[in-house]
Amino acid sequence: MTAFFASGFGMFVLMVLETLALLVPLLLGVAYATVAERKVLAAMQLRKGPNVVGPFGSLQAFADAGKMLMKETIIPTGANRLLFIAAPMLTFVLSMIAWAVIPVDNGWAIADINVGILYLYAISSLGVYGILIAGWSSNSKYAFLGGLRSAAQMVSYEVSIGFVLVTVLLCVGSLNLNDIVLAQRNIWFCIPLFPMFIVFFISSLAETNRSPFDLPEGESEIVAGFFVEYSAMTFALFFLGEYANMFLMSGLTSILFLGGWLSPIPLPPFTWIPGVFWFILKVALCMFVFMWVRATFPRFRYDQLMRLGWKVFLPMSLAWLVITAGVLVATGWLPHAPS
Amino acid sequence: MLFNYLPIVVFLVIAGAIALLMVGGSLLAAPQRPYAEKLSAYECGFEPFDDARRRFDVRFYLVAILFIIFDLEVAFLFPWAISLGSIGMFGFLSMVGFLAVLTVGFIYEWCKGALDWE
Amino acid sequence: MIADIAFYIFAAVLLISAAMVVSARNPVHSVLFLILAFFNAAGLFLLAGAEFLAMILVIVYVGAVAVLFLFVVMMLDVNFARLREGFQRYAPVGATVGVVLLAELALVLGGWKFAPEAATLRLAPRPDQVQNTAALGALLYTRYILLFQMAGLVLLVAMVGAIVLSLRDRHDARRQDINRQQSRRVADTLELVRAPLGAGIASLGIYRPITAPAAADGQAPPGSDNPEVHAPAPPAEVH
Repeated sequence: MTAFFASGFGMFVLMVLETLALLVPLLLGVAYATVAERKVLAAMQLRKGPNVVGPFGSLQAFADAGKMLMKETIIPTGANRLLFIAAPMLTFVLSMIAWAVIPVDNGWAIADINVGILYLYAISSLGVYGILIAGWSSNSKYAFLGGLRSAAQMVSYEVSIGFVLVTVLLCVGSLNLNDIVLAQRNIWFCIPLFPMFIVFFISSLAETNRSPFDLPEGESEIVAGFFVEYSAMTFALFFLGEYANMFLMSGLTSILFLGGWLSPIPLPPFTWIPGVFWFILKVALCMFVFMWVRATFPRFRYDQLMRLGWKVFLPMSLAWLVITAGVLVATGWLPHAPS
Repeated sequence: MLFNYLPIVVFLVIAGAIALLMVGGSLLAAPQRPYAEKLSAYECGFEPFDDARRRFDVRFYLVAILFIIFDLEVAFLFPWAISLGSIGMFGFLSMVGFLAVLTVGFIYEWCKGALDWE
Repeated sequence: MIADIAFYIFAAVLLISAAMVVSARNPVHSVLFLILAFFNAAGLFLLAGAEFLAMILVIVYVGAVAVLFLFVVMMLDVNFARLREGFQRYAPVGATVGVVLLAELALVLGGWKFAPEAATLRLAPRPDQVQNTAALGALLYTRYILLFQMAGLVLLVAMVGAIVLSLRDRHDARRQDINRQQSRRVADTLELVRAPLGAGIASLGIYRPITAPAAADGQAPPGSDNPEVHAPAPPAEVH
């Protein structure tokens, strides 16, 4: 058996199996995140939430999927058909392939590449395309306006995310995600880099177009933003992509700031629990905060959103970056370049 | 080294296949009965009257250009963050100089009101 | 072997998509083909072992520059049919540039061919054991500091240029001044009056102002916590 997996073809099969072992739970998680969000929102608004399909609404995700599958795919006249269909697929695929480099336990990344963090940054900077193309190819004013707003918004917050990433890298000295988590064995980065943690989390809300930054879909003014014209499975793909992006951002938050798969207390009863469990727990916690924020805050206005991104987060993260580097250089705490 | 990237290709293919399957499955499984009114672009009760793709506020371009500049700045920061341990104080001061130059630009655009939206 | 196949695939797709960039009818399709070309170039970088450059190519060119291109071609609604009319006129210039470029490339490659020792000058050997991001960082900020600082100046010029070219002042715009909003107190703008039953506002001596003076910053929550409200609040809450 091991001989089989060591051969060329066996390795390929193993790779496919690994990929499926990550993608299937991820997709299930994404499907259930939509149900969980409705449940959480309902609980916060003293409602019951979905409770008809299955015990406590636990089969709601499958009911939704079935419904979406049986709906008609409408391609509006004047739309660019190919791009119209390709845009949601692009969004979905991008949100999935980013997971290839995420380590869920020590060394458990499907693709353990040296430049993992750059890969994630690159993938997240591509997210704009799905939305821009969707907005443009629908040939609808609302979709176009939504896509445009969304693109400008994502782009604005990406800069501060970049600065936050660099600050974390300063403390690690490697671009590998595994190394980033291992560097947090003594202290999680959310404590020494607390302001950056906050900036990163809020920026990731904006980056995923989540409330309170969900202007692109602002249903009260531009009806649903870039996906007004979408229906059936193309709509579902956008929906899944958005939630998978939330998962991705939660995963990234826990890797960068919450110690990834490390247990909160490095003592025996906690270290016996496998790292995957801690990782999932942290991701779930971040997801809950995402939903909590949605239930709590009203939507931002566009000028406020741009102001926060360019005039608050950008100078703040830049200043904090220089301060961190200065402190590290002055105290000699810098990690040495991996050689 | 290169071998580490192969799973990403596998991942890409599988994720793409899932997406295709979902859209294709829906196209096959669901009844498709399009007619002109259903296919017209969304509009609030009246006929859509002009092409949606038109000129837009120049501000969006400005945001995109500023983003390119800051993105390049971040790109310069990545190798610096990795190697700061070996290049030490000189490397730090060199980057401070670089950032100072760009901060001048940032202050300029702030004062010019390029970051203001209304 | 796999690397060779991958190289040819990337190279072929790169060339085809580059050709499509100039020949596609729809400008948006052109930009999308350009993005595909960038991706394949990144793939080639990866095959050459330059991981960092590959990722930066995607981040900067695909993630930022091409977004700007897409913005422009999607929104500017450039009439490309009219632009193409000048094709005949500009073709000689374009061809000249192309030929010069080709000749230069031939010179470089021919130089390697005829003087094999020249090939050893072309690049520093890739350092083993060191990730190329770190290797780049070790050189860029110290040995090539002049070029690095000049890059900073170029970016500064780009920033200033973009603002000078594209920013125009708008006087009709309403801007939010957060400080002014925050420093507003309830007592400045709000007066609470105990009104007897049945009295109109005119009998209390209040006349509605024709133009609201502080309407511009009407965002401030009127009910902020100011304890110095002199007049007692009217019994508005009915349980």
